[in-house]
Amino acid sequence: MSTETEAQVVLRLQGITKRFGPVTANEEVSFDLHRGEVIALLGENGAGKTTLMNILFGQYTADAGEVELFGQPLPPGAPRAALDAGVGMVHQHFTLADNLTVWENIVLGVDHLSTLSLKPRQVKSRIRTLSEQFHLKVDPEAKVGRLTVGERQRVEILKALYRDAKILILDEPTAVLTPQEAKDLFATLEEAIATGLSVIFISHKLHEVMAISHRVLVLRHGKLVAERATHATNREELAALMVGAEVSAPSIESRAPGAPLLSLHQVSTPDQGAAPGLKALDLTLAAGQITGLAGVSGNGQAALSDLLSGLISPTKGELLLAGAPVASWSPRSAIAQGIARIPEDRHKTGTIADFDLTENAILETYASRFSRRGWMDWARARAFTKDLIQTYDVRCPGPDIRIRLLSGGNMQKLILGRVLEEEPQIILANQPVRGLDIGAVNYVHEQLAKARDRGAAVLLISEDLDEIMQLSDVIHVISEGRLSPGFARGSMRPEELGGWMAGNGFDAEAPDAA
Amino acid sequence: MDLFDILLSASFWAAAIRIASPLIFATLGELICERAGVLNLGIEGIMVAGAFAGWIAVWAGLPLWGGVAVAMITGMMLGLVHSILSVPFGLSQHVVGIGLTLLATSLTFYTYRVVLPEVSSPPKITAFQPYEIPLLSDLPIVGPALFSQTPLTYAGFILAGLTAVVLYRTPLGLAVRAAGENPSAVAAQGLSVTAIRMGAVIVGSGFMAVGGAFLTLSAFDSFFFDMVNGRGWICIALVVFGAWKPGKAVLGAILFAAFDALQIRLQQTGIGAVVPYQVFLMLPYFLSILALVVMSRRAEIPAALMVPFNKGER
Repeated sequence: MSTETEAQVVLRLQGITKRFGPVTANEEVSFDLHRGEVIALLGENGAGKTTLMNILFGQYTADAGEVELFGQPLPPGAPRAALDAGVGMVHQHFTLADNLTVWENIVLGVDHLSTLSLKPRQVKSRIRTLSEQFHLKVDPEAKVGRLTVGERQRVEILKALYRDAKILILDEPTAVLTPQEAKDLFATLEEAIATGLSVIFISHKLHEVMAISHRVLVLRHGKLVAERATHATNREELAALMVGAEVSAPSIESRAPGAPLLSLHQVSTPDQGAAPGLKALDLTLAAGQITGLAGVSGNGQAALSDLLSGLISPTKGELLLAGAPVASWSPRSAIAQGIARIPEDRHKTGTIADFDLTENAILETYASRFSRRGWMDWARARAFTKDLIQTYDVRCPGPDIRIRLLSGGNMQKLILGRVLEEEPQIILANQPVRGLDIGAVNYVHEQLAKARDRGAAVLLISEDLDEIMQLSDVIHVISEGRLSPGFARGSMRPEELGGWMAGNGFDAEAPDAA
Repeated sequence: MDLFDILLSASFWAAAIRIASPLIFATLGELICERAGVLNLGIEGIMVAGAFAGWIAVWAGLPLWGGVAVAMITGMMLGLVHSILSVPFGLSQHVVGIGLTLLATSLTFYTYRVVLPEVSSPPKITAFQPYEIPLLSDLPIVGPALFSQTPLTYAGFILAGLTAVVLYRTPLGLAVRAAGENPSAVAAQGLSVTAIRMGAVIVGSGFMAVGGAFLTLSAFDSFFFDMVNGRGWICIALVVFGAWKPGKAVLGAILFAAFDALQIRLQQTGIGAVVPYQVFLMLPYFLSILALVVMSRRAEIPAALMVPFNKGER
């Protein structure tokens, strides 16, 4: 496929350099994109992918270098220029308004603001034509807030196609999709490419990059370090190029489960707004085992993690700790019972941004371990934090700086240290590696595996099926608050789990949860 | 029954429409601001300033419509102050709004004293007179109630229709609504969220000031301290009552005004002799709160209301 001879160059980046103070975000980045070509832009967080795209879209002005679109130089710092020239971008965080309809979202910004009418009928019929042509099924009259994540992405793609985009940039498009939805997306892209669309595919999922792209560009520390024809490379080489060294994911072997440390029997919790609660759920976390919870976000993961952290109590059913039912349930008693939590959002619930590292390190144990007769023992807290920083390799100037200044990976390492130092029996790890780069991901995974090996029960909640399949001894799938039976490591293919994630199989299994 | 007699009389409905008119202008203004994502608590002060500016301009010799224009410009200038602080600077919209209300109110009284240092009672002007629309005003009940009002009342209803058309039928209106729902979506299209929001606050504040000017140029013929008397706060509730939709907001304004007209009339009936008059004064507010509770439970509040937008942040 990549041997197409000299197709027209639609986008050319020439020596793009961008500095933020002393930090160089992009250095001398140059590449061409051809008509009908898919290039993958691969790189860790902070490698400069986003900055590069922001320069293309005029959000930033490059310090040096230029962008050419269809042979014409692109004026720097003009947000509409790239859009008008036919570049569409599907952002990782969708830029849709929930309370507006699909067609309103699509048509936003198309016509000049002084235009007198929106011509809704024409707009809707054009959307219907496009959605048929590219198999992007979506109702133009529906409010975006009612759509699933997959449908919202279709709206974003339609938005680009509606503007006759010739170049489509997809930023981590599959991060939020089930495997089936991802497959559909790739099918749509194949079709669009056949009509002459060019695609820049930003991702760090190597198997997707291998599946869809013609060429792979690897960015590291802002520099383009490698360019490979996809058919002439492999996942191992790309991973090594990305981090600049050979990396190996920790290999984790299955172990026999120990005694059940925590069990849920037919537990239900109320729905939380649009997010479903738990529906008569049975789950056992056994010592020395990592239990993986797969599922598309918003299917009850939040309810389960709130329940285990003590934020909510079951309305029906029983919660057993080491075989004994618990009477009163609160975050404090959850911590006291040895349930350690790596919260989903390290910024919002994991840390307090303007507290220093010491204060954050003792958030859960300040009363029991670091105070004496009601007075804080700061010397001990500081020493403890210094230990954590060393043991868990938190890169920082010292224990007295505000945690806001740390990178996501280092923040997560501190949280991990805070949690694991207590040698907890039960660990609730909710999206522990979201947004981390490969080095940090491997580190977190190793630590979780270590905790398992010393006998802890780990519940790993993740939307990344690869992560779940790699780490878990037993996998459950959650869908609309219902839980699938446990599947042993290696017993299911990703497609089969994807079926459960989409809600298939539940009806036969649990006739009626109510 | 007294109550039925009141509800069936044309004069009652004429009064309700008259009382509703300033609320309609100001509610539309607030609605435009909030649809773009900015809560404008400066409304009370802007109405006071509008009431004064329109009246003093006419007193100084401008025609009545000139007074309306002066009020509108005054409101837009206060809106500019609000929008600079709340949009590009992203300051707390509560603090900016309440600050602006205090500033505009005090500035109005100060100006009043500077312009009219020696008067004990404010001078009167010749206000808008009712204009009977041919044919339509001959209809029973509806005619005298709806079509024998002052031109400024008609303007209010036309403005409501215009606001609805612009909000729902034009690219500009869509951009305004999107700015209040998800400003990143607007920015991703290369449109300026700052310009859209500032524009909405400035225009909306202009409408609020005209609402204030209705009191001095149409409802009465002079300016008094405390004449706005909390109407701005009522309008903020009316926007919620109307679920951020112009048509429903106008209905809400008429409903509130009807309660107000009703309580005045009830005071003069047999019940009025028994029940203290304060109970009647309370009635429209009490009923409005009830209606608010019932009506606005399912309303979709603009998702980005009161959320400042900074381009660089995610």
